[in-house]
Amino acid sequence: MTLAIDKDPSLASEDQPKQSKKIGIPKAVAPGERRVAATPATVKKLQKLGFDVLVENEAGVDADFNNEVYQAAGCEIVNTATELWARADVVLKVQPPQDHPNGQHEADMLGVDKSLISFIWPAQNPDLVDRLSNRHATVLAMDAIPRISRAQKMDALSSMANIAGYRAVIEAANQFGRFFTGQITAAGKVPPAKVLVIGAGVAGLAAIGAAKSLGAVVRAFDTRPVVKEQVESLGGEFLELTFEEDGTGTGGYAKTMSPEFIAAEMELFAEQAKEVDIIITTALIPGKRAPLLITKETAELMKPGSVIVDMAAEQGGNCAVTRSGEVYSHHGVTIVGITDFPSRRASQASQLDGTNLYHLLSDMGGSEDFKVVFEDEAVRGALITHAGEVTWPAPKKDPPPAPPAPAAKPAALETPTAETKASSPGIVRLIGFIALACGIVAIGLSAPPSFLSHFTVFILACFVGWQVICNVTPSLHTPLMSVTNAISGIIIIGGLLQLQGNSGGNWSATMALGASAILVGTINIAGGFLVTQRMLKMFRK
Amino acid sequence: MTENLVTVAYIAAIVLFILSLGGLSNQETAMRGNFYGMACMALASGATAFGAGVTNYGALVAVIIPGVVIGAFLAARVEMTEMPELVAVLHSFVGLAAVLVGIGNYLQPESGLIGAEETIHMLEIYVGVFIGAVTFTGSVIAFCKLRALISSKPLTLPGRHFLNIGLLVGTVALGFVFMGAEGTAGLPALLGMCALAGLLGMHLVAAIGGADMPVVISMLNSYSGWAAAAAGFMLSNDLLIVTGALGGSSGASLSIIMCEAMNRSFISVILGGFGQGAASGASGSTAPGGEATSTTVEETVELLNIASSVIITPGYGMAVAQAQHAVADITKILRDRGVNVRFGIHPVAGRLPGHMNVLLAEANVPYDVVLEMDEINDDFSETDVVLVIGANDTVNPSALNDPTSPIAGMPVLEVWNAANVVVMKRSLSVGYAGVDNPLFYMDNAQMLFGDAKANVSAILAEMQKTAQVPAMAGAR
Repeated sequence: MTLAIDKDPSLASEDQPKQSKKIGIPKAVAPGERRVAATPATVKKLQKLGFDVLVENEAGVDADFNNEVYQAAGCEIVNTATELWARADVVLKVQPPQDHPNGQHEADMLGVDKSLISFIWPAQNPDLVDRLSNRHATVLAMDAIPRISRAQKMDALSSMANIAGYRAVIEAANQFGRFFTGQITAAGKVPPAKVLVIGAGVAGLAAIGAAKSLGAVVRAFDTRPVVKEQVESLGGEFLELTFEEDGTGTGGYAKTMSPEFIAAEMELFAEQAKEVDIIITTALIPGKRAPLLITKETAELMKPGSVIVDMAAEQGGNCAVTRSGEVYSHHGVTIVGITDFPSRRASQASQLDGTNLYHLLSDMGGSEDFKVVFEDEAVRGALITHAGEVTWPAPKKDPPPAPPAPAAKPAALETPTAETKASSPGIVRLIGFIALACGIVAIGLSAPPSFLSHFTVFILACFVGWQVICNVTPSLHTPLMSVTNAISGIIIIGGLLQLQGNSGGNWSATMALGASAILVGTINIAGGFLVTQRMLKMFRK
Repeated sequence: MTENLVTVAYIAAIVLFILSLGGLSNQETAMRGNFYGMACMALASGATAFGAGVTNYGALVAVIIPGVVIGAFLAARVEMTEMPELVAVLHSFVGLAAVLVGIGNYLQPESGLIGAEETIHMLEIYVGVFIGAVTFTGSVIAFCKLRALISSKPLTLPGRHFLNIGLLVGTVALGFVFMGAEGTAGLPALLGMCALAGLLGMHLVAAIGGADMPVVISMLNSYSGWAAAAAGFMLSNDLLIVTGALGGSSGASLSIIMCEAMNRSFISVILGGFGQGAASGASGSTAPGGEATSTTVEETVELLNIASSVIITPGYGMAVAQAQHAVADITKILRDRGVNVRFGIHPVAGRLPGHMNVLLAEANVPYDVVLEMDEINDDFSETDVVLVIGANDTVNPSALNDPTSPIAGMPVLEVWNAANVVVMKRSLSVGYAGVDNPLFYMDNAQMLFGDAKANVSAILAEMQKTAQVPAMAGAR
């Protein structure tokens, strides 16, 4: 199903099909929001797609882009928000539409049947979704772009998370009273900061990398065992529970864990809290309140001067004592609950978000072929309202392949092969045992008792020898062999026992043979032990 | 010394033997294990010598002292690369001693045994001498092969299995003659059997190719243990039985570990002839296409200079060329630069179990960077450069992907997963298994032809040059 956006013939834009579509970049209205949805660099890219770009007066000032640089990039500066929203065909924003200082709601300022692309958080903002739907608007939510490989270039959440993770470490460093890196100076030793990052998603990994490069000792925990390698690749130490449960959910997020797991997890955090200086929590479960990971008690276990950065503050917080949007001290522990991490890196965040938006628009056909393609998984996932209908959430026709499935398959295949491998020597061993048993019975029937006592000793010794050797490390095979060889030289005892009786000069044949046996046996013993000694001396750690 | 004291000493010796073997299964305790071994040997021989049975001390001293001197001399003088030869020679001594003790025991007047006990005693002598003789000649042949005095190619006589069976039948037939003889009249039969067993030992080992030498050595090690155990039976000496059995079973266990490492059954290795099937198999399978890329020392050094992780997989070629010291120096330079250098050792690399480890240890390579095949095989894909030094069959991909290959199914070091593989080898010729190696023709593989020692030394010299330049620049 392919629909042109401007399907309704009554629309103004339809009258002039040759004219290129206008993209509107309004100034952010949310308090503290400094980002802007297009930078001069991304504007140029949008123009290449055939769009004209309108920028509201001083829209990018907080992100260090003034009107002049936009004009230099070929944008038209529009004085008021009302005019911009009215003229633009596609409005690009960062934050969801909200009440504008001029008294109107941004959703109502959006022209009928126009398009809006921004963060929407449809699950948290159902009223907004209804409102936009009533405007017959085509709305795409950057936060609803599915996390599939093809859509990574549009994944603004990851872009923002990356910035947020980095910034979280900087905020922590700002609040923390010591160096991150350990130093030995003339004024004494400075221990390195110990940082625990909970949740190793994009933000968590970015935080691990940033903290590590500042010199901290970084530990990380995640319910998904698959991220262990990623954590270690960034130089973090992956903490593991002895408890086995895989928290891998779909779309790169974690799922909710069992109560037993959570209890074990909490215990780990409490233990770690006593040790670490900084805890950065990044755990989010899509569409739900952020999981509570750091209880009040755990937070109070931390040393005074420690810092907790709760990156999930906006979704309710991972820490029980977090106050959303605030930085304050709780029992000497600084709790950072700020929610605008990406906004604090406005210039960089705008650049990345703008590029993500550009990729999305490019995917939708640019200016001339701008349309919503329902078959496009990325676009369909992000589509919130279209032609007066709420289209969110997108039907799950093709759930992204969950990593555990392919991982489980080879495991399942491997197990039987391992079993067959194990069973065939098992059969051989069984046959061996039966043959041995028959042999023993035969011996028992015919042999005299003196032989049997020796035989008992023999069998026991074989068994012991086998058991002793089976765990030897391969690097010691040579020394082991030369020692067993030297030990086999025990045969000289046979020779010794033949040197008996005649103590005079007359050598019997037996004595001569025995003496020769002792000679060669002794060479073997001395040579074997001494060469082993030489070899072992060479092994060093 | 009373009988009881001797027995108690024997028991202590047995315990020490077991501790000795147990100690040797771990790096940390290996030294202690060796000392236990020496202590128990001294204890056992001392107790026997001062026991009731031995009276001729003059003769005893006359043979013990030269024996110790010769043994110590051999041990002090041997090159680490010659370890396999030394071990083979020592095995032959045990075999010889077993033969001598057996014959001597037979000639000993009046054992005082009657009936079934006498029969069993005779049988014990016969079996003991047989095992001893096979061990003796087999070890001598193994020594000659390792010394390259005779070709290390498997000797494949027509109908060699029938020859083996014929020799065994002859042995059994002589056994009946021997058992039926009165007094010492069975001596000719015993000596005849010795000759047959000697032939059997020679033929058995001659039929096994050079690549299987680690198995052969540990198998002969096992035989020498059984020979000692058999001697124990004929002398009714529990200490000998226990020690022999310990040696025998541990040798057998080691042989089986080796065989598993090559994915071959113990029987097929013992029956030998490996390499004959290889020739026909290689002609049947498709020859690897493409051309091998050759490289130079300079290019190899450049690769190493930009690498952040390097794995070195040595083989028998490194031992032959005595290149281990230069390899160790290269390792040290790279490690000082922060490069992750490790060694990947195939379980059957070299001609002796653990051969490579001994050589690398001699060259002062820390043993914790020397890893087993299983430990390192998954890491090749994250490795920048693999240096293959004188190894061939142990890095042959056809073992995994060519079911018709004679070495199919043998676990190998998967070096081809690395970004770059530099193979140091004399030529493109086949290894001991007689199989062409597709690795040489892969795109990421480069051949550095020539003597391993010369090439490794050249790389070392080049690296020392480049290492000094930044150091001098820093000084300025």
